[in-house]
Amino acid sequence: MTSTTAGLTGRDLSRARVSRILREPLLGPLAALIVAIIIFSVISQTFLNPYNLSLILQQSVVVGILAVGQTLIILTSGIDLSIGSVAVLGTIVMAQVSGGGNPILALGATFVVCVVLGAVNGGLVTLLRLPPFIVTLGTFTAIQAATRLLAGSQTYQVPDGVLTFLGTSFRIGTFATTYGVVAMLFVYLIVWYALSQTAWGKHVYAVGGNVTASKLSGIKSNRTLFSVYLVTGVIAAIAAWAALGRIPNADPNAYQNANLETITAVVIGGTSLFGGRGSVIGTLIGTLIVGVLRNGLTQAGVDSLYQNIATGILVIVAVTVDQFARRRSA
Amino acid sequence: MTTTTATPVLQARGLVKKYGNVTAINGADFDLYPGEVLAVVGDNGAGKSSLIKALAGALIPDQGEILMNGEKMNFRNTRDARAAGIETVYQDLAVIPALDIATNVFLGREVRRKGIMGSVFRRLDMPRMRSEASGHLADLKIGIKSVNQAVETLSGGQRQGVAVVRAAAFGRGVIIMDEPTAALGVKESGQVIDLIRSIRDRGIPVVLISHDMPHVFEVSDRIHVHRLGQRAGVIDPRERSMSEVVALMTGAERPSEAEQAGGVR
Repeated sequence: MTSTTAGLTGRDLSRARVSRILREPLLGPLAALIVAIIIFSVISQTFLNPYNLSLILQQSVVVGILAVGQTLIILTSGIDLSIGSVAVLGTIVMAQVSGGGNPILALGATFVVCVVLGAVNGGLVTLLRLPPFIVTLGTFTAIQAATRLLAGSQTYQVPDGVLTFLGTSFRIGTFATTYGVVAMLFVYLIVWYALSQTAWGKHVYAVGGNVTASKLSGIKSNRTLFSVYLVTGVIAAIAAWAALGRIPNADPNAYQNANLETITAVVIGGTSLFGGRGSVIGTLIGTLIVGVLRNGLTQAGVDSLYQNIATGILVIVAVTVDQFARRRSA
Repeated sequence: MTTTTATPVLQARGLVKKYGNVTAINGADFDLYPGEVLAVVGDNGAGKSSLIKALAGALIPDQGEILMNGEKMNFRNTRDARAAGIETVYQDLAVIPALDIATNVFLGREVRRKGIMGSVFRRLDMPRMRSEASGHLADLKIGIKSVNQAVETLSGGQRQGVAVVRAAAFGRGVIIMDEPTAALGVKESGQVIDLIRSIRDRGIPVVLISHDMPHVFEVSDRIHVHRLGQRAGVIDPRERSMSEVVALMTGAERPSEAEQAGGVR
């Protein structure tokens, strides 16, 4: 028995890796995505053309980026109800500051505001040890009100240029897409790397899985938690930038459902609401499932209220699967 | 009977810890000598856990001092104690079930890649951590097929094994085990007892906190009896029976003067 442990060769390791992939919780979401794509391709002639696929991606950008931050927070067994509102406030700040004529300053101001709000959430969760649900419910309400006060129920056009850069489209063959889509994929890539390849990522999983055990292991759990909220602030700022790229008009009433949609994407992607297990790749798949479902149902002429019902059912299915997986492993 | 001459690896003198009106540690002494397994026994509420927490840096005593190899220590937290070479295996198995074995073994002490990938991009050296982790498991004769397995796929004994391996891999000075067999079956307990022996055989002294008298008598070289927040005495398991130790624990019998003074070696 000891010889098998001692004599692990590269081949054994890669075989172990393959078997681990087969037991991956990603298989379910991936299968769901493929099935959805196949069904909609059959139902609708226009679904599978490159223009429409590109549209799905572009429609997914803002929620898709925010969902990365939501994944990080849910991995620490928290939840962020304010993430979408932070991004909306970010768009208003960006638009108002850009009125002064300096788009870089506007971008910088947005990042500062979003990171500070992330720090407020993180500070309340770590220093005062309040439950994230309550903290972000409070900041969500306050931020939404502050946004309306700041905007005065007006919308603000932003000038073309740096601030709308992420809306610029380019072509790969016949497939046209925007830099916003690239930015989204880039955010996923970076956070995937940080979570899976660095000590910080392992600590995020550890803190979410068992706070006491991670403290006993010498992890500075509060520092890890706080950093997650800061990173989420940065991600909200990127989402705000991408939102103005898509529609160059900052609207305090835009993205009303973004907070919950990010949670939907994360949960459908197989990340556990109990923390400590999941991945951003799952969240990307979850985001695409929601995007495909909405686009496909729209093309099939289904009312958007029915789309909400479909998404709701999907969330409940995903949470049920998570529950059963936990019970089996416990 | 020989009197002690070697310097204790880990020593405590006159520790006191009070929580309001409750005195958890009431002037406790403690001595752990090189290469021994020292069992710490005591009735519930005798203050064993508080004593062990103080030694592991998880609790700061109000009075008294802790010495390592004769040198005074000031542990502010468990990290300080770990830096000094004291590793603790906690009763509630301080492992993260969803993470794999290698990651658990190296948790909080991850090894980064060499060069720019490690220093700038902070990339972990997973291959090295995996091979070192499987080496440690093999050293302690824990049969686990792959260190890529999540800890939650292991049995209770194997999980305890992972926690012990983590302590043994980094414990240069002392390994403290808090009730390592409490949650385990007979066969798995036996494996943990074997682990304790192999750690001692590698020259690392072990502090074993346990309620299980047969285990204590099977593996320990000396037994520290804790009572009413103090060390009642240190006894030699070859000279005393299990029922005598229980009598000492409950105060039905008093230890001899030599035992009260810190016992034989």
